[in-house]
Amino acid sequence: MRRILRRREIVADDWRHLGEGAEEGSALIVPLVELRKDPERWRRWRGRLGVRLSSVDPVEELAADLPRLDLVAVEFPTPSDGRGYSAARLLRERLGFRGELRAVGAGVRQDQVFLLARCGFDAIELAENEDPDAARRALDRYDVAYQGGSPEVALRRQRFSSRPG
Amino acid sequence: MYQYDALDQSFVDRRVAEFRDQMRRHLAGELSEDEFRPLRLRNGLYVQRHAPMLRIAIPYGLLAARQLAKLADIARRYDRGFGHFTTRQNLQLNWPKLADVPDILAELATVQMHAIQTSGNCVRNVTADHLAGIAPDEVDDPRPYCEIIRQWATLHPEFTYLPRKFKIAVTGSPEDRAASEVHDIGLHLTRDAAGSIGFTVLVGGGLGRTPIIGQVIRDFLPLPALLSYLEAILRVYNRHGRRDNLNKARIKILVKSLGIERFREQVEAEWRLSRDSSPLLPAAEVERVRGFFRPQPYETLEDFDATSGREPRFKAWYRYNTRAHRVPGYRAVFVALKAHGHNPGDMSSDQMDAVASLAERVSFGLIRTTHNQNLLLADVRQKDLYEAWLELERLGLAMPNIGTLTDMIACPGLDFCSLANAGTLGVARQIQERFDDLDYLYDLGDIEIKMSGCMNACGHHHVGHIGILGVDKRGEEWYQISLGGSANGFTALGEVIGPSVPKSEVASTIERIVEAYRALRADGERFIDTLRRVGLEPFREGAYATHPAAA
Repeated sequence: MRRILRRREIVADDWRHLGEGAEEGSALIVPLVELRKDPERWRRWRGRLGVRLSSVDPVEELAADLPRLDLVAVEFPTPSDGRGYSAARLLRERLGFRGELRAVGAGVRQDQVFLLARCGFDAIELAENEDPDAARRALDRYDVAYQGGSPEVALRRQRFSSRPG
Repeated sequence: MYQYDALDQSFVDRRVAEFRDQMRRHLAGELSEDEFRPLRLRNGLYVQRHAPMLRIAIPYGLLAARQLAKLADIARRYDRGFGHFTTRQNLQLNWPKLADVPDILAELATVQMHAIQTSGNCVRNVTADHLAGIAPDEVDDPRPYCEIIRQWATLHPEFTYLPRKFKIAVTGSPEDRAASEVHDIGLHLTRDAAGSIGFTVLVGGGLGRTPIIGQVIRDFLPLPALLSYLEAILRVYNRHGRRDNLNKARIKILVKSLGIERFREQVEAEWRLSRDSSPLLPAAEVERVRGFFRPQPYETLEDFDATSGREPRFKAWYRYNTRAHRVPGYRAVFVALKAHGHNPGDMSSDQMDAVASLAERVSFGLIRTTHNQNLLLADVRQKDLYEAWLELERLGLAMPNIGTLTDMIACPGLDFCSLANAGTLGVARQIQERFDDLDYLYDLGDIEIKMSGCMNACGHHHVGHIGILGVDKRGEEWYQISLGGSANGFTALGEVIGPSVPKSEVASTIERIVEAYRALRADGERFIDTLRRVGLEPFREGAYATHPAAA
């Protein structure tokens, strides 16, 4: 059973990616391209539904689907591909997504976790062979930051906070 | 200058601890070289031809004396007793040991310094005019805004893994001394009709493989919108900049492919949508930072002729190596790192210590680095100039050649850099030897030579009046010469004049070019002005006319 880091806890993953043998009615993460290919099938899906964005998928196109989605997974194919950080902030700050926002892919390493959480990811599905305990500790690598950011990371002080609501 | 508060200090201390852990994992085999590379690069650590290279950040080129002394100490204890100042106003150590780097970073943190984001595909050291705060023609001091941008860009959660490196320069004077038009973003301080401070924003400039001059994306950006607008530009770039080809990944390629109009539409649209959730730049924070850059406690003095009755060498130094100051009775003094027989930009630990101590005595304890690879003591009383000169002369740092042909820029080249195709330091020596006669240099006047050992253009060869680019020809070092580039005020890219020349011919080719200038110039006309007036052709003829070796 896959373990993920969710809101500072290491937990057993209750979601499956398409192709991992999900049963009808279970919690399933479907690539955006599959969602678009057969929208009827997924509209009828009885379980919780999540979508997986590749790093080139434009996140704005997901706006109309978000009310139906419990989870959005954003893929990081390598640690150096930083597009997903922008996708996350747009999902949280512009599109108002409040479901689980999950970082996935070979680029999700312990050294990325702090930034990922600051951009609004509340779930981290680490790349293979990455140590979840080290990743959890990485959330506390800094106790201050210059920018504002998601409350997923608890900081003592931030310099440039965003406009108060 | 800016002083860290508890937030800044905690950040750099934690950063050192994080890197120490990453280094430990790398040395233990838990992080492969490929995995470690993006992490070490974001802490300034390259692995070069002979050894690691550590690039230490000197934000907008400002150093306190105790910081320069610490750099001297680090270079002595962890390296070979010297460092190399770069065109981004930083300092490079060429021989540190890999495993020592966390300790070096910890040493730096004790004097409020770091090596964060001096390399890697992220926002790099923000650069500024080296005469910031003292230039007579200044609209406003750019350094507080550089400091604000530095902080905002440091470990930015969204923009730490960009398609490619990202360089920002801020200038506060009409004369651009920061090469801001060849930066990814250039910010020119200006005032609107109501007198409020803001910026003209340029985007998409850069050198490297595809040199492009930046274009104006916004005529006037009000100061409070600075960070939200930068975020909008960076977000469009982070999402849409190319990541499939390293050579096409800079923002200039995105701007070029979209055209400035469409790029501007995208940025402005992004900004309208995001500015309400973007970082604020509260007036109180601007004031806090500006408070660190107030004018020095200058004495009330009058200008006087410091050269009166002094020896000719001092007079020459005064003329070439000092600059006007906005406060009467003061001058800005260059610490020349271009002595003939030395590598441009190199400085020994002993020299650093001595300059730190000199700065304590005569320039409020502050030192600046310039993008031309010299240092500057910005606030020297005219009555202290002779004493300062004696000391700099003793240190070998008073070569009176600032602004002349041998005040050239050179990257470290093939001797150090793993990217280089050809050496630069040997060529620099060759040029220094050929042009060792000061009277001849003075007669030639203001000529900028800029030299890079490869097309990545760290030596800014595209914007040299005379540009020299090292190329590899079947395993031999050859050099392509370009003419007509400029980064001062009127930014222009040089044009290659013809076939490249072998290493042994570089200085003589340059000599023939400047001889062509001497024959063509009108009375008092500078090299670059003659070139612009008569065009390239006569120079090309001069360069190759008597040169059978060129192939």
